[in-house]
Amino acid sequence: MKIRIRREYVLSLVAVLLGLIAGAILMLAIGSNPLKGYLYLFQGGLMSIKRIGNTLATATPLILTGLSVAFAFRTGLFNIGAAGQMLMGGFAATGLALTLETVLPRPLVLLCTILGGTLAGALWGLIPGLLKARFNVNEVVATIMMNWIAFWTVNDGIPAYVRDPNQETQSRGISAVASLKADWLTSLFPGSYINLGLFLAILAALLVAFLLDKTTLGYELKAVGFNRNAAEYAGIKVNRGVVLSMMIAGALAGLAGVVFYTGYATNMQIGVTPSQGFDGIAVSLLGANAPAGAVVAALFFGVLQSGKGFMNAMTDIPPDIADTIIATVIYFAATSVLMERIWSAWRRKRSAKGAAAPAAAGKEAPPPASPDAPAAPKGGA
Amino acid sequence: MEAFAEPIVEMRNIRKEFPGIVANDDVTFTLRKGEVHALLGENGAGKSTLMSILFGLYQPERGTILVRGKEVRITDPNVANALGIGMVHQHFKLVHNFTVTENIILGRETRRLGVVVDTAAASRRIRSLSERYGLNVDPDARIEDISVGMQQRVEILKMLYRDAEVLIFDEPTSVLTPQEIHELMKIMRGLIAEGKSILLISHKLKEIKEIADRCTVLRRGRVVGTVDVAATTEARMAEMMVGREVSFTVAKGPASPGDVVLRIEGLDVMSTRKVLGLKGFSIEVRAGEIVGIAGIDGNGQAELVEAVTGMRRAEAGRILLKDRDITHDPVRQRIREGMAHIPEDRHKHGLVLDYTIEDNMILERYDQEPFSKNGLLHRPEIRRYAQGIVDSFDVRAGEGVDSLARSLSGGNQQKAIVGREIELDPDLLVAVQPTRGLDVGAIEYIHKRLVEQRDSGKAVLLVSLELDEVLSVSDRIAVLNHGDLIGIVDAAATNENEIGLMMTGVRKGEVA
Repeated sequence: MKIRIRREYVLSLVAVLLGLIAGAILMLAIGSNPLKGYLYLFQGGLMSIKRIGNTLATATPLILTGLSVAFAFRTGLFNIGAAGQMLMGGFAATGLALTLETVLPRPLVLLCTILGGTLAGALWGLIPGLLKARFNVNEVVATIMMNWIAFWTVNDGIPAYVRDPNQETQSRGISAVASLKADWLTSLFPGSYINLGLFLAILAALLVAFLLDKTTLGYELKAVGFNRNAAEYAGIKVNRGVVLSMMIAGALAGLAGVVFYTGYATNMQIGVTPSQGFDGIAVSLLGANAPAGAVVAALFFGVLQSGKGFMNAMTDIPPDIADTIIATVIYFAATSVLMERIWSAWRRKRSAKGAAAPAAAGKEAPPPASPDAPAAPKGGA
Repeated sequence: MEAFAEPIVEMRNIRKEFPGIVANDDVTFTLRKGEVHALLGENGAGKSTLMSILFGLYQPERGTILVRGKEVRITDPNVANALGIGMVHQHFKLVHNFTVTENIILGRETRRLGVVVDTAAASRRIRSLSERYGLNVDPDARIEDISVGMQQRVEILKMLYRDAEVLIFDEPTSVLTPQEIHELMKIMRGLIAEGKSILLISHKLKEIKEIADRCTVLRRGRVVGTVDVAATTEARMAEMMVGREVSFTVAKGPASPGDVVLRIEGLDVMSTRKVLGLKGFSIEVRAGEIVGIAGIDGNGQAELVEAVTGMRRAEAGRILLKDRDITHDPVRQRIREGMAHIPEDRHKHGLVLDYTIEDNMILERYDQEPFSKNGLLHRPEIRRYAQGIVDSFDVRAGEGVDSLARSLSGGNQQKAIVGREIELDPDLLVAVQPTRGLDVGAIEYIHKRLVEQRDSGKAVLLVSLELDEVLSVSDRIAVLNHGDLIGIVDAAATNENEIGLMMTGVRKGEVA
């Protein structure tokens, strides 16, 4: 088990490396110096305390959507609906924040927004889960549709309930009371967007890891994911597992919405599907569907995301190159099976060459009188 | 077979490795023209690997293959076909809603004007081949309408149609009735008479003794020896294969049946094709007895097993376990009430292949103490429990209980499942094909454990397609045909012929 995961991490690292090489080739192709490009890209993400703070803040929702997708994957489900779950989580949190920020003390407001947003995401996962369990509706189709339902719900809900008096296309801004930004944290990373969401994300990663590896529930859900039939044979309630898995995945994405809309941002815009929902698939893939992997992968993507502007400012390289690198990394991570094949074919070839020498030597020696006749050492009769 | 018969296939010093295991190590053997050469070995001994190499599915790391004296590289099955090597797989590779002819010419269609498939010409050729080898196959029948035995003959025809000279049969009798096995033996002799050569992979010593000229025995990837079958005995071959003496007869005393453990009354079960697969089935299984269910595959066994174990709904009738109605209980409830189930398909149902052996051993009881408490798994206990099963059921795995179930050989996977189920200490053990694909050593062992289970006062319901197994292990035998219970007979007072006839639907006393 441990060995298997380690190999997957190696493959992910190779994917990252190949993605960076591909990016370098692209930079060369447009006549820029890739070394300089990467220097500024990583400097942009990491060179100052503020930039590190921003990188962490960018990575925070990615960690959570990555966890959402990874958790679903581990239990045999494909959650494409993280974007919609995130929107609903954000919408619920924003609504709660705006309603409660004037009446409750800060800790209670935060508790309500966090729980409310998480529950809204869970609900958005519950529906496809139920559809899958009850009517065998493919969760990919169902979650994509739920994304659109969320999109239009937010689109109509924001102007109807929480609109900014001056701007029809966005909600009112939440006050510092309801924001996940904390003074002590902001003062550690002055000027950055970093917020308490980071701790929520890390906590969620630990919880998911614990759930998957240490609990009977994780054991059940993984069994359902690996082999539905065997789970059924053993008396595990498969349908309950599917519903629960989708709910947990939805809850994680809902929490991503909370940390994004009430932590990184202060209000919600209509007409925007958060890209973190789909980026979560990439994070999960690169992180080998493991909680720790998702955290590392999200941080890596966070560096690229927050560094690309600086790279663009300092060189002629367009920020799209950073996106292309991300895309290429995803591409290589997704085709890691292929890379593995190439790798093992190459190894086979090498070992065949190594083996060929003694075999050739054997041929020069006189062949055995008859290859099979004396083959029964203990006597056949 | 005398030494002057020329070799048609020679495999020399073949070595094939898989991660952590050497499947074939310096294997050398020769198939002579016009002989039936059996390949005998325990599970994981490397027979299938060796044949897969010959058929081009695997590439060996070392060694050479000679066909008709010329060294060849068989890179894929098409190359094998071109060399005149054909294979009948254990699980037939046929398209069910195609006709016999369409199946046979698949991938080798003769065309007219480049696009139109000329089935008429192919059909004629198939008919003449069928007559020549006495296969008795109707080229225009649909696969779904013909018996399993005939499907196998279609596979044979497929090889003949492709002008195969060397025919590999992988466990060909595992799906056949005794009568069909007899028929197959005749066909094999016919093939030999027409100058073909046959490689027979089999566990069944009786068959090898009956049909094979020579037999190469593999053990743990190495050749133990090649013997002249006429000059040896079954016991001797078994010993070579297992490395120790093996007893064939299941040693058991007379049963002393006690209370009824399982009572089935008028059970109707739908098959997956939405027709009644089991009709009005009634039986009692008592503590301290083994009741065997005999029948050709697909005659209601699956429906019976799934209804009893709770994986399929009963349309009508009642199932009682220790006098408690469990007809509508969920699977887990039945397990807790004292039922264990060795499933027919170890990959589909028996194991979570991507779980470790350790995790697989608690598949039904991970939520019980001491394996977990308050929803948290207790690893040390799980490990100790799994290790205990692995030790006492001799499950061999590269990394012990940490091995992924997928990485084990079929026999070891099966032993793990049998161990897990017996370790549940059930009042009723439903064993479905418990020795499928296992070697004599493992079969002997599992049979012994089933009888032990009986002798300790438990009830065993044994469902098997192996007539030998049903006959030698059971105390009473119920025979199914088309979902009907044809009869229940005393195992000691019946024989292969009677059961074989009942399997085809002839009721006791009706023999024509």
